[in-house]
Amino acid sequence: MSRITLDGIAHAYRGSAQRPEDYALKPLHHVWEQGMSYALLGPSGCGKTTLLNIISGLIIPSEGRLLFDDKDVTRLPTEKRNIAQVFQFPVIYDTMTVAENLAFPLKNRHMPKAQVEARVKEIADILDLTPDLNRRARGLTADAKQKISLGRGLVRADVSAVLFDEPLTVIDPGLKWELRSKLKAVHRALDMLMIYVTHDQVEALTFADKVVVMKDGSVLQVGTPLDLFERPEHTFVGYFIGSPGMNLLPTAVTGNRARIGNREIQLETTYPSFTDRTAQLGVRPDHAILAQPGQGLPVQVQRVDDLGRVRLARVMLGDHPLVATVPDDMSVPTGEAGLLFQPGRVHVYVDDRRVEGVAA
Amino acid sequence: MNDKPINNKAWFFVLPVLIIVLFSALLPLMTVVNYSVQDTIGQNSFFWNGAAWFRELLDPTTDLGDRFSGALQRNLIFSFIILIIEVPLGIGVSLCMPRSGWKVGPTLVVMALPLLIPWNVVGTIWQTFCRLDIGLFGATLVNLGFPYNYIADAGSAWFTIILVDVWHWTSLVALLCFAGLNAIPNAYYQAARIDGASRASIFFNIELPKLRRVLVIAILLRFMDSFMIYTEPFVVSGGGPGNATTFISVDLVKIALGEFDLGRAAALSLVYNIIILAVCWLFFTVTTHLEQREFRAS
Repeated sequence: MSRITLDGIAHAYRGSAQRPEDYALKPLHHVWEQGMSYALLGPSGCGKTTLLNIISGLIIPSEGRLLFDDKDVTRLPTEKRNIAQVFQFPVIYDTMTVAENLAFPLKNRHMPKAQVEARVKEIADILDLTPDLNRRARGLTADAKQKISLGRGLVRADVSAVLFDEPLTVIDPGLKWELRSKLKAVHRALDMLMIYVTHDQVEALTFADKVVVMKDGSVLQVGTPLDLFERPEHTFVGYFIGSPGMNLLPTAVTGNRARIGNREIQLETTYPSFTDRTAQLGVRPDHAILAQPGQGLPVQVQRVDDLGRVRLARVMLGDHPLVATVPDDMSVPTGEAGLLFQPGRVHVYVDDRRVEGVAA
Repeated sequence: MNDKPINNKAWFFVLPVLIIVLFSALLPLMTVVNYSVQDTIGQNSFFWNGAAWFRELLDPTTDLGDRFSGALQRNLIFSFIILIIEVPLGIGVSLCMPRSGWKVGPTLVVMALPLLIPWNVVGTIWQTFCRLDIGLFGATLVNLGFPYNYIADAGSAWFTIILVDVWHWTSLVALLCFAGLNAIPNAYYQAARIDGASRASIFFNIELPKLRRVLVIAILLRFMDSFMIYTEPFVVSGGGPGNATTFISVDLVKIALGEFDLGRAAALSLVYNIIILAVCWLFFTVTTHLEQREFRAS
């Protein structure tokens, strides 16, 4: 069990990187705290798996140092690192029974037999594999095989971290939720550092204490699910987290007033002026509330989607499409309507980065 | 219940193949069947001989039966030896082959080279290579003091023919295994590293099980081919010394073309054919059956 430090870790698959685009993973400093669960979230090809494989040693990074506690393990081979990893597709050893599969990582490390058995039993109980323990692993369903893979990842109690690379891809949706809760329970019980790669935000937000949002090889924000929702540090985070994503509007900000088209709205805080750079206003659909015509910004309602728990209106503000919440007491609006932003919930982004205002 | 339209026109498309198979396989085979139950005294006059040739062939006390059982034993021993050598060697070679990068192409070409050389050329190459006077291999062995003489010594002759076959066909097993190994997803190797598996453990728990199907095919092909071996012993040792390397096919040609004994030769061909079919069928059925049973058991 330990803390894992990334000290300027970067990786380019083709030798040394000349330009920023050559990096699969751009230089990164981060400390993974012992006992926490992290989710690495981002679209395909953003460098999540590369980062994971660097931590497990399947890839040696082209730059930077990797520390387990204070020990430099950058060039240590995988089998010498104390790390477990579960892959996207189930990997099982055909020749072995389920129990032998689970015991395999322990046996290879010469753990005494009685201890191995106790550990296998414990993990099998958690993952509901006990009835299958003596069956051959090769005939089982994909679900069960992936549970075995998960089990092999969790069976070693002494690992520095358990890494999951989209482990629930092959699991059917009903079981997915159940397994994710199991993993969370295991995490709580075993107090391990877990890093979980996914491109599914629901998975990330429900599993992790902290979510690391990545795009194009860089980390955009590390934060709790609530941070990501309430204070997205980057427009991509705002757009990627939440369904639908954050509304973004081009704007010009002077002091505490933001100009949108030919209208102006009042902001809670004051900003320096950024005339030479692109500024955007970000508002989550949950905080953009539709109102009667004449109030707030004038918008055209295009369509209203009733999601059951909430009604979302697709509206046009001038040429810009936005999504807004329809208040419970409002009848289904058509045509002209007003749009109000909840005070304090409007963020200002300059060159895609959030800028903190100064209280007026 | 069955309201699908019935259209027998499809048979016309199958017909050309049937006709070709008829002329290429069925009719020649039937003439052999025909010969095997008849005797002749020349002048193209045949008379019925029933199963007499077959009885003679399968009775080791007769001259023909004795020749046949001797040759059959040699065939089985030969196939057994080359399988014992070529299968592990082929697996070993495939494990050493590069899996990616520019080396893959050249390696595959070099590996495939022996397979592209015609049998009699292979025989001639080795016949020259092993000569005691001018052959690099034969002369070297003799000069080093080994009692090597493939013309006079049965052990040397067997050694040479097995060497020829191993040289000629190990590539086939290696290439099949190479394809099998390449089909194993990288995640298996990554997972094995994470699990701390040793190289031997990776081989026995990941690679060998995944090579199973490929190996069944390799063993079948190599058994069939080695059981039908003809050209190499014919060119290298001529079946000798004595009849030490006289395999069924060599003897068959002697009976059919040397002694022009059509009835005996036909009976021998049929039995030979049936043995190969039976062994292959048995092997294939047993392996697939085992696999299914294992699948059901799990």
